[in-house]
Amino acid sequence: MSSVRAPRSILPGFGLSLGFTLTYLSLIVLIPLAAAFIKTAGMSWADFVSAVASPRVLASYRLSFGASLAAGLVNAAFGLLVAWVLVRYSFPGRRVVDALVDLPFALPTAVAGIALTAIYAKNGWVGQWLEPAGIKVAYTQLGVFVALTFIGLPFVVRTLQPVLQELEPELEEASACLGANRWQTITRVILPELLPALLTGFALAFARALGEYGSVVFISGNMPMRTEITPLLIMTKLEQYDYHGATAIAVVLLIASFSTLLLINLLQKWSRRFHRV
Amino acid sequence: MKLKSLLLTSLALALATGATAKTIELLNVSYDPTREFYVEYNKVFAAYWKAKTGDEVIVKQSHGGSGKQARAVVDGLQADVVTLALAADVDALYANAKLVPEGWQKRLPNNSAPYTSTIVFLVRKGNPKGIKDWDDLVKPGVSVITPNPKTSGGARWNYLGAWGYALRKYGSEAAAQEFVGKLYKNVPVLDSGARGSTTTFVQREIGDVAISWENEAYLVLKEFGADKFEIVVPSVSVLAEPTVSVVDKVARKKGTEAVAKAYLDYLYSNEGQNVAARNFYRPRNAAVAVKYAANFAKLDLFTVDEVFGGWTKAQKTHFADGGVFDQIYSK
Repeated sequence: MSSVRAPRSILPGFGLSLGFTLTYLSLIVLIPLAAAFIKTAGMSWADFVSAVASPRVLASYRLSFGASLAAGLVNAAFGLLVAWVLVRYSFPGRRVVDALVDLPFALPTAVAGIALTAIYAKNGWVGQWLEPAGIKVAYTQLGVFVALTFIGLPFVVRTLQPVLQELEPELEEASACLGANRWQTITRVILPELLPALLTGFALAFARALGEYGSVVFISGNMPMRTEITPLLIMTKLEQYDYHGATAIAVVLLIASFSTLLLINLLQKWSRRFHRV
Repeated sequence: MKLKSLLLTSLALALATGATAKTIELLNVSYDPTREFYVEYNKVFAAYWKAKTGDEVIVKQSHGGSGKQARAVVDGLQADVVTLALAADVDALYANAKLVPEGWQKRLPNNSAPYTSTIVFLVRKGNPKGIKDWDDLVKPGVSVITPNPKTSGGARWNYLGAWGYALRKYGSEAAAQEFVGKLYKNVPVLDSGARGSTTTFVQREIGDVAISWENEAYLVLKEFGADKFEIVVPSVSVLAEPTVSVVDKVARKKGTEAVAKAYLDYLYSNEGQNVAARNFYRPRNAAVAVKYAANFAKLDLFTVDEVFGGWTKAQKTHFADGGVFDQIYSK
């Protein structure tokens, strides 16, 4: 098989490794996902529509996609800042801060959810100051956003860090020598280089937020039409033995996530081509 | 060395007892607020069974929202017995997986409900909002905590309690629906199980009143102090009948049918009824009921059969997708 490929790689084994990759991806990713589609295929079109487009489900899409998007954007902005500080400056305790970024990865999401709820409830450390100011976080849509921001941060920081490390400060100096002001250096030199990684980080954070369940259900309050996220509705449907309804919503979520990721991949490719010097 | 001697001892023990007695493991899949009750009951039953047969019984417990627990059993959780919040959840074991026979509810006395409970209100000390009856829960500005009836058995009893009260007082289904709708407008958080709601009310300090199982309310007073909370008993409430059943298919496979059946039968014994009463469940046994009469408030109780024509019907009308509960929220 490898002979078909024109430029020969130095290392052999294309056929074997591709075969392995396909088998592995099928076992781990494709087959479980296909099961969701097959289960849904047993529904009539009318049943499918009523399962995935009832007002309550539509409200949950709005919340899930809206909050995930907002959390992804906030993480993209502040994650960039965190990554920049961690790469460009050295200060006491940098290693500790660096390790802290990974915590949302490591913490079981249920623990994160309970901790966030305890902190933001009206008798919690933060909640007791916010509540008198009229800001309610726990058991509102804002709480969902907070939880999703929490779990998404490491995705942006960790995708940006290696790229920033590659981006030498000399580049900025050169830009300044050539007469660019600070704003131009940022928008014309730094951002274009970072954009692909930033997009990846954003996409990862967004996709993760969309599927997040554990941390959100504790802080959201789970009110129909208001603070129910889509994964919760899937769980609720399962608990009512409505397996078809649950997989139908899952399929919608899956298609939406996949097209978002695909779109962002294309965008990334485009931005890379645009700025290749 | 230590390990070796430990192994030898246990081997010797196993040899000594193995010939006559064996260790049996049961899994009791139950709902949220029964934790403390079954911890105590399991000890009592193990002692009884050991005295009777010489066998050790270790009963493992699993707790969660009643509907969720039933689904876990349908999906393959190897429960020998289920002790769930309401008959509809045991019905689900028949309807979805034929794990129990159709007439399971007739196998034990009192429609397979060895103990009962009811729904009461838990309020903060001094009852600052002056909650006295169901009517006070629909007033504007009163925040009510109750779990999601889609997933929690206790929540379904809460809902039916409110419905039955309104039906009796205002006389029509439409008025009852309006009443219950107003009540749920006052609910800021819908937890998935009764224990979750208790946590929200007690530890997060959300809400003015929690609609709760009577036994759960007493447990809160016991655990968190009667100086922080009070129980308010409404004029009318629903007679909650948590039901139990052997999961025939699983027990048969595991060969635990006899002990599983004895485990449930013993709930009706004098001992079992005493343990239930001590844990704030209303006993069926008249003598035990008299003994603990002071613990349980007297109130007007209606059954689901009287008002709703049985659980199957209530479930379908109110809690199925597109049912009355969904209509309340889609308005």
